[in-house]
Amino acid sequence: MRMEVRGLCQGYGRDDVVSDISFTAESGELVSVLGPNGCGKSTMIKSLCNVMRPRAGTIEIDGVDMLTMPSDDLAKLIGYVPQTISSVGYTTVYDLVLIGRRPYVKWNYTPEDLRIVADSMITMNVNAYMRDDVNQLSGGQRQRAFIARALAQRPRFYVFDEPTSSFDLRNQLDTMRIMRSLIRREDACLIVALHDLNLAIRYSDKVVVLNDGRVYDIGPPEKVITSEMIQDVYGVKAEILEDSHGLFVRSYDEDEDRMEDRA
Amino acid sequence: MTEDSCGGCPSASESDRIVEEIQNDLEHNRIEGQYSASLRNKWLFIVAMGIVCAVAFICSLVFGSVNIPFADTFKALGHLLLPGFVDGPSQDYYENIIANSRLPRTLLCLLTGVSLAAAGTIMQGLLRNPLVSPFTLGVSTAASFGAALSIVVFPSVLGGFYYESMDFAGLTMSVKNLLIVLLSFCFGMSSILLVLKVSKKDATRTTLVLSGVVISYLFQAGISLSQYISDDESLRTISNWLMGGMWNATWGAIVLMTPIVVVCLLFLMKTSIDINSLSAGDEIARNVGVDVNSLRRRGLVVSTLVTSTCVAFSGVIGFIGLMAPHMTRMAIGNDTRFVLPASALMGASILLFSDIVARKVLYPDQLPVGIILYVVGGIFFIWMVTRKNWGSRL
Repeated sequence: MRMEVRGLCQGYGRDDVVSDISFTAESGELVSVLGPNGCGKSTMIKSLCNVMRPRAGTIEIDGVDMLTMPSDDLAKLIGYVPQTISSVGYTTVYDLVLIGRRPYVKWNYTPEDLRIVADSMITMNVNAYMRDDVNQLSGGQRQRAFIARALAQRPRFYVFDEPTSSFDLRNQLDTMRIMRSLIRREDACLIVALHDLNLAIRYSDKVVVLNDGRVYDIGPPEKVITSEMIQDVYGVKAEILEDSHGLFVRSYDEDEDRMEDRA
Repeated sequence: MTEDSCGGCPSASESDRIVEEIQNDLEHNRIEGQYSASLRNKWLFIVAMGIVCAVAFICSLVFGSVNIPFADTFKALGHLLLPGFVDGPSQDYYENIIANSRLPRTLLCLLTGVSLAAAGTIMQGLLRNPLVSPFTLGVSTAASFGAALSIVVFPSVLGGFYYESMDFAGLTMSVKNLLIVLLSFCFGMSSILLVLKVSKKDATRTTLVLSGVVISYLFQAGISLSQYISDDESLRTISNWLMGGMWNATWGAIVLMTPIVVVCLLFLMKTSIDINSLSAGDEIARNVGVDVNSLRRRGLVVSTLVTSTCVAFSGVIGFIGLMAPHMTRMAIGNDTRFVLPASALMGASILLFSDIVARKVLYPDQLPVGIILYVVGGIFFIWMVTRKNWGSRL
């Protein structure tokens, strides 16, 4: 399947936060969305997930405008993990993951639904805490539970807003690896907002860079993630180096900053 | 020795895969087993609450200011339901007491308890705030203002007619009570409409609660004004009403309330799976296809409808809508599909038992049941707050 975003404008109050965003994402692709804080990544992501209606522009899935689709059908296509996650008291991990099956059920869950829920929990390795209150988990466990919820939705497009923000090194790599093999296997698509340029280089097929609410560049990671882009967008000097595991970004503040003043 | 030397044995990677699959199957079984166990517990809890509620119902019929023997209570009840098969009680007036006083009062308690607890469950879910009660958005003050207004204004406007009684839906009701019920219901409903109007179409949880609080204060001013300008007798009627009691229990009230309560409860049951999805936040609810604004508007209007129906007949009865959902969630978790019926039954039980206490504590006089509930509710929340892990639950 193919998601095509054309001329998307979105904002809060009177001001547009992002404008004229256009890109495409296809099944089997892992698309990273990069950009500094406040560049409009989350705002754009929310427009893709039926959380905010676009102010202008269209989002089409296989040529069908998202706004014209019944909300249950759309919910079967797009699964979202927000940046800030919260849950009310007494909700267990299992209850949370069950929410992902909402588009498929009227009132009762079938054995098939329960099997998918169990699968999703095993994939994200939260099955051990299935009966625990979501609010009593650690930040990383909670984030994994929310990703498991999105998996249980079995969408064609996974849209994650900085899912790795509360993860340690192990969890960051695991999550990206699990998601990449999952979208390859299910022929789904992952659109993910990231801050870590190294994760983006290592895992993504396509990179969308936003700056000041507009698209700065789109393309394969090795073409888009350059010293020049990092200087322009983040205002930071960086070198793209290569070692035995491929490309990586080495950023530093100033030319003379060699951390010699370190105590 | 090479791998091939084993002949038909699976290779190392093959056997790893098989082991993994078996582990996966086992884990699936464990998860599904735990889930069905938790479902069983939830059903058991609902059944247990049903039994408690039935016991409370019977106790409420048995205890009262006239001592009716246990067997005669059942005979009277049986004779009412199946006149041909069951003989009447030993004294004829027993049947009259049961039929026209205790049964409607017990049913009113049941309906009110069920409604307040259900409305509390739904409103807490909709606003994602465990401290919300059916009265948070100003229903109780608005309804009280309606009642106070009718008590203060109508005696002088209607003159003698105010003290007469009239037939309503085939049942006799005093004009005074009818007006109180009508006005408090209308004002109760007006509160939610005002809240929705003030907080505009795109209402967030915070603006809803804030508008509710503000509107509450406005109506509170109205109540104070009515109390200030009323004479001694009206003042006493107003303050009695504000304490909440079951004096209005007539068959007319039951006939009017039952269909409203049943329809509202069915509607709320239907929305409960959507309310579950709200527990992870508005954004996720939207993503799974829930129209959050419309769900919130409809849910709040229906909860308010059922609340103001009850409040109109029973006056302000606090804490049930807060206590019953809370205790239910502590017992069976947060799945609204189960919390709603369980907390409704628990709310009914709490109110039925409290009403028995209200009838017995100053025997043969009665206390307003609202006072009992403030005591019970206060003690309950002090206990809640002093529990160690309370904070993290919110």
